[in-house]
Amino acid sequence: MRHVISVLIENEAGALSRVSGLFSARGYNIESLTVAPTEDVSLSRMTIISTGSDDIIEQITKQLNKLIEVVKVVDLSEAAHVERELMLIKVRATGKDREELKRVADIFRGRIIDVTDSTYVIELTGNTSKLDSFVGAIDASLILETVRTGVCGIGRGDRILRL
Amino acid sequence: MLLTGAEIVVRCLAEEKVEYVFGYPGGAVLYLYDELFKQDAVRHVLVRHEQAALHAADAYSRSTDRVGVALVTSGPGVTNAITGIATAYMDSIPMVIISGQVPTAAIGQDAFQECDTVGITRPCVKHNFLVKDAKDIASTIKKAFYIAKTGRPGPVLVDIPKDITIAKAEYEYPKSVTMRSYNPIIKGHQGQIKKAVQLLLDAKRPMIYAGGGVILSDCSEQLTKLVRTLGAPCTNTLMGLGGYPATDRQFVGMLGMHGNYEANMAMQYCDVLIAVGARFDDRVIGNPADFARIARKIIHIDIDPSSISKRVKVDVPIVGNLPDVLDDILRLLDASADRPDQEALGEWWKQIEEWRRRDCLKYKQSDEIIKPQFVIEKLWEVTKGDAFVTSDVGQHQMWAAQYYKFDKPRRWLNSGGLGTMGVGIPYGIGVQLAHPGSPVAVVTGEGSVQMNIQELSTCKQYRIPLKICSLNNRYLGMVRQWQEIIHGNRYSESYMDSLPDFPKLAEAYGHVGMRIEKPGDVEGALREAFKRKNDLVFLDFQVDQTENVYPMVMGGKGLTDMILSSEDL
Repeated sequence: MRHVISVLIENEAGALSRVSGLFSARGYNIESLTVAPTEDVSLSRMTIISTGSDDIIEQITKQLNKLIEVVKVVDLSEAAHVERELMLIKVRATGKDREELKRVADIFRGRIIDVTDSTYVIELTGNTSKLDSFVGAIDASLILETVRTGVCGIGRGDRILRL
Repeated sequence: MLLTGAEIVVRCLAEEKVEYVFGYPGGAVLYLYDELFKQDAVRHVLVRHEQAALHAADAYSRSTDRVGVALVTSGPGVTNAITGIATAYMDSIPMVIISGQVPTAAIGQDAFQECDTVGITRPCVKHNFLVKDAKDIASTIKKAFYIAKTGRPGPVLVDIPKDITIAKAEYEYPKSVTMRSYNPIIKGHQGQIKKAVQLLLDAKRPMIYAGGGVILSDCSEQLTKLVRTLGAPCTNTLMGLGGYPATDRQFVGMLGMHGNYEANMAMQYCDVLIAVGARFDDRVIGNPADFARIARKIIHIDIDPSSISKRVKVDVPIVGNLPDVLDDILRLLDASADRPDQEALGEWWKQIEEWRRRDCLKYKQSDEIIKPQFVIEKLWEVTKGDAFVTSDVGQHQMWAAQYYKFDKPRRWLNSGGLGTMGVGIPYGIGVQLAHPGSPVAVVTGEGSVQMNIQELSTCKQYRIPLKICSLNNRYLGMVRQWQEIIHGNRYSESYMDSLPDFPKLAEAYGHVGMRIEKPGDVEGALREAFKRKNDLVFLDFQVDQTENVYPMVMGGKGLTDMILSSEDL
């Protein structure tokens, strides 16, 4: 099963490598990992997407909690939450493709943020499957480059992860 | 008060009442060594290889309730120390390691004797720090000691660049530490404890399985009370030996791969199992699927939540400090109107006695050739079961664990988790310094002992009168045993050729050496060795080359699938 694990961690040098090292050392899956400081700059927040059985996810949570610099760990996927990912995708946009790409981007509520004679850079936000669908909806031979941030997630309503 | 970084480090160690620092000097720690030279509160022990410094500090900690301290230089000083750090980490030993680092400006420049110490040690420490400002030294060292000894203990490394040891800062040692991200749980969950007590009282076939956590948290007294109150059998893991007195009737021996028949059987066939500071590792329960074949209720007490339900699903998890949790359990047991079911216990013990009659540790004695088991039995007799015993890793380690009956905690030191050959002599050094005047035996083999043989020189310098009992069978015995059983007697690289004359080697280092070839000479040699209170004596026992360790559970097999002797093969 896919899980969205949120981690509050001291914003200190090396903290990220403690987390990534833990995943590689214990053979846990890591699909994506995003990290940035929170409104309190002494804390960073990570969102980790991992897959595994309930037992493995339980171990992952426990092992993360064991890291000295980790303040809090929550499995967001245990309850209602929202996920978003940002993608920048550079496509070859010439001739009739220019109009078509613009149309598909609009349908997905993407924005074209860079234009040249022959290329567009399209910015798209959404959950992972929406971004995948967009990639699937355009002609693969037109894609020059893609970059994705990985998922970040937050609990819905009163579910709050902070100190 | 304005002090240099090096002065601050030494002041901090004195403040922590550190008696010994085990280490080896080098370029990056010259200022630290200069400060050590100028004072006499903290004594330094100069080893001959950094690995041994770590092992000695580790043993100092294992045999006391204090934090062991090691000091090494940058680069190779650290990489040599890694085995020692990983050994301590696997067995949850509280240690603080101070390592030198190249000057801050040189970090990342591939400087002479530079290595990414924080990176290289990260997977084998509880935590580590790189100090980048002299004003942070005191608070970092305070944190290091706090982290090392609280919660599930472990080694903590503090990496200090050379320029930081010269820089000056205001010194004040913090009185206390608070960390928002680190708050180990002490008290167990009361609801879970109540559930556990009821399960224990309702049990027909209760079993107590106690591990290294009992030793580390100094709760053998509470454990003993629990075992007596319940009238249940108790087994100890390799790391837990001495946690419950081995000569007691309710002790069924060590369990696991080379555990006692009765211990493994009781573990498998009990109906309520209480695990105290143990972690159901692969050498203890064998194949987890086979272990789960029999239904039983499991209560697991551990300070580390990640140890619970890692390999075996448990019914009642209790996270907390063992002494606190055991006190709560004992109090509730006392207060309960229920008592253990004596009739059921009687049946259970009848079964256990039947298993015990298999006498799984019996071996064929010989008048001609020394049996290794016999040496350990005699060692136990001669030392009246009251010595500190360190071991290396291999067959001799298992025999020491099986035949030396440890009645007290912190008397048995070995590398259980990492299985590090070469710990024996350096462990002996750490124990002897912590317990001057007490008899210390090092049980080793001709393979292991050569992995840190240079420490005989340290023993000479600090007059450490170890009694080194080498069970010399001219083989890497445990490797040979597996090759015999699994690999059709193809002894690939397990024969130890071109061995030194060990007694002469010991003499060359300024010690006493003895070579013992006949069973009849074993006891006399041991007596004479222990009589020489001030001498290190190297006893080179020429033992049976073919002897194997039994009982044995093959890797991947179930706990009760035991080979009891070579006839079972």
